[in-house]
Amino acid sequence: MIQDYNISQDLQNILESVKDPEIPVLNVVDLGVIREVIVEGKEITIKLTPTYSGCPAMDVIGDDLERAFAAHGYSTTIQLIMSPPWTTDWITERGRKALEEYGIAAPLEETADKDVLLNDKKQVKCTNCGSQNTKLVSQFGSTACKAMFQCEDCLEPFDYFKCLK
Amino acid sequence: MKPIKELNPQFLESKENKQHLIDYLLGVADNYLILGQRLGELCGHGPNLEPDIALTNISLDMLGQVRSFYQYIAQLKGDKTTEDDIAFLRKEREYKNVLLVEQPNTDFGYVIVRQFFFDVYNRLFLNALQQSADETLRALAFKGIKEASYHERFSGDWLKRLGDGTEESKTRVQQAVNDLWIYTDELFHTTNADDAMIASGVAPDMLQLKEYYYDKVGELLSTATLEIPEVEYFQKGGKEGLHSEHMGYILADMQYMQRAYPDSKW
Ligand SMILES: [Zn+2]
Repeated sequence: MIQDYNISQDLQNILESVKDPEIPVLNVVDLGVIREVIVEGKEITIKLTPTYSGCPAMDVIGDDLERAFAAHGYSTTIQLIMSPPWTTDWITERGRKALEEYGIAAPLEETADKDVLLNDKKQVKCTNCGSQNTKLVSQFGSTACKAMFQCEDCLEPFDYFKCLK
Repeated sequence: MKPIKELNPQFLESKENKQHLIDYLLGVADNYLILGQRLGELCGHGPNLEPDIALTNISLDMLGQVRSFYQYIAQLKGDKTTEDDIAFLRKEREYKNVLLVEQPNTDFGYVIVRQFFFDVYNRLFLNALQQSADETLRALAFKGIKEASYHERFSGDWLKRLGDGTEESKTRVQQAVNDLWIYTDELFHTTNADDAMIASGVAPDMLQLKEYYYDKVGELLSTATLEIPEVEYFQKGGKEGLHSEHMGYILADMQYMQRAYPDSKW
């Protein structure tokens, strides 16, 4: 994951207090959207990479970052970095754990993801019982980043975070 | 993927090249805007929950895609133009989308056929655009391609289900195929600006993929037990700004807020 910054723990804590508004267990650092943080006195520039094109959470994340830092007396400039594009590989290990605990299956690697979403292979693990006997209900879920699955053993419906490269 | 050609760094210093690029980009982007708007109309009106969510997801993908294109156009223009101005403050003749995407949501069959005809094209297009000589376009294509393959899988699956479904679903979806078929050829029509961009390696030459497109579409239609219509002529005009009667209604709906409350933001 490409991130290039070295900031104090206090600032890191502020950063981590900002969550993805659609997946509130995932903070922006674990989501892997923060590319660079430049601190000049009380002025902070944050460079971030949007996840999915058209993801409405991105505007909210920008506003939330500004607000979180403003509460500690900083003024913030948000810059969007489009290239290289964000990938689900940038979600941290801690982030993946948080997703699973929240009931969202974390993204598989690219080939497996393709098999699951386009060729109906059974590889996504149920977040409720851990069974791999799960079926794709729809490639499209409650937000742009998720697909709908159902476990054929315990019958639990759950979301799967689609792999994006 | 590697670009076919490297762009001469002075390329965009020419006013003519820049204008051609902007016109070319509008032709691409307006398809996403108008189809996204059409799909947005279906929010809460899908036949059941999954397709409803899927269609609005696809709409959102299209609008996300179009924002990136409009932002790039605004940046190229280098004046005070914003993405909102481009989306909301042009007149009908200034929109360069193909006629296919402005066709109405007559029924679920029409929605699926319109989507499938566009999705097959769009995935081929984005795939080829990954080799554009323009760096920004390469990045946008790379980002859009995966979403585009979900869209194609969705519309293709439904087309099979409707075609190979009940007598009612088959009759209606065949009607949609017959009515919308005449709009497919325009996807491959090129304007002067398009030709200039193809020559410079910025735009892929989609004409070379036309046969492949019709093979792909034909293959799925036959799996869906549907007939390929025979037509005498294909309809075009949208890419030159000459739209069908539906376009005025779409724009009235879409532009109302921006015209009633100038400068409001997305
Ligand atoms: Zn289970």
